[in-house]
Amino acid sequence: MTTVAIARYGAGNVRSVELACRRVGAEIVDDLAGADVAILPGVGSARSAMDGLGAAADVLRARHAAGRPILGICLGLQLALDETEEDGGVAGLGLVPGRVTRLEAERVPRIGWARVEPGGDAYWFAHSYEARTDATVATSEGHAAIVEHGAFTGVQFHPEKSGAAGLRFLRRCLSRA
Amino acid sequence: MPLPRLIPCLDVAGGRVVKGVRFRGLRDVGDPVELGTAYSDGGADELVFLDISATVEERAAGVDVAARVAEQVTIPFTFGGGIRSVADATALLEAGADKISVNSAALERPDLIEELARALGSQAVVVAIDTEEGRVRSHAATRDASRDTLAWAKECEERGAGELLVTSIDRDGTQDGYDLAQLAAIGDAVALPVIASGGAGNARHVADALEVSQAALLASILHEDPERLVTLREELRELGVPLR
Repeated sequence: MTTVAIARYGAGNVRSVELACRRVGAEIVDDLAGADVAILPGVGSARSAMDGLGAAADVLRARHAAGRPILGICLGLQLALDETEEDGGVAGLGLVPGRVTRLEAERVPRIGWARVEPGGDAYWFAHSYEARTDATVATSEGHAAIVEHGAFTGVQFHPEKSGAAGLRFLRRCLSRA
Repeated sequence: MPLPRLIPCLDVAGGRVVKGVRFRGLRDVGDPVELGTAYSDGGADELVFLDISATVEERAAGVDVAARVAEQVTIPFTFGGGIRSVADATALLEAGADKISVNSAALERPDLIEELARALGSQAVVVAIDTEEGRVRSHAATRDASRDTLAWAKECEERGAGELLVTSIDRDGTQDGYDLAQLAAIGDAVALPVIASGGAGNARHVADALEVSQAALLASILHEDPERLVTLREELRELGVPLR
């Protein structure tokens, strides 16, 4: 059974991520360094998230350097980059080269189901900032949707809230670990 | 733009889904988890649970409802009703809700919107606006809030709201169609997603609302029947609405 540890920094949606991981057969553990997969969830603001991560930031950097899988979700993806414009500018974890900028879209926040290409499945998004990185491997309406760099996978959408398609994605992601 | 969304709305009180006119003649129509799951299976894009409990004791069941829903439902859901503080909202999000909705509490103390946006992120903060003839109404639409609807919509956006849930009071429950002019005016006034509410009677009404708004709240049109959502989606597809 794949073990998953979730980085806790005060983000509100940890329970939803846990429930989804259990649903696809993963075991939730506390050991962020030792788990098969570490998940950096995301809801809230960049500065309070980076502050809240504390020592977990170094654990995540060490995991990444060792090529051990990390899944970043929404803000969790954005935190993995070098820096973000949010909250007047905040340094990220620097796991993935790139930066995060204010979302350029017709309506912000960009909330709802949108298709991700390649693939064409729709997932649920809720964001006001977007990742700009060469590590982007899938997009949604021109915005980065999936980012891969080494053993890091980041998704701008919420697989834990994207119904059957989201659970399929999560299962694939965790089974690769 | 993301795909147009269909959002069934379930009124809850004391931990049960109820049906009735405001606080009078409430009838128990089922379990929030069972109905929520059925709507999710029927193709709902999100769900809204609106706590219309008359008492604080009943309302305490809200967090428990959110927690139980999160265990079974894998689409986003919003919880509204009786939220007066960041602590109230945080408890619901920690239980598994994705967004909270505030209405009268934000009218009474608009700073609440900023506090919620700062603590939870704008994407989790829905401000519900009950409107009639261009004016905002509060307290389950029983009082005039002494505010112009467009001005209040803009103020909500400036204060950090992430979405507006706009209910046309004079259409609510009538099934005569949404107030498209009002929805379009609000959509033009703000750059936030707008959820249209009040007046849906048939698929054409919903399709029209989705031309001017990003989502449609579905209440009386569904008659608490998830099967109706399935047929409504088919009708909307035939009308050319690009659903999920």
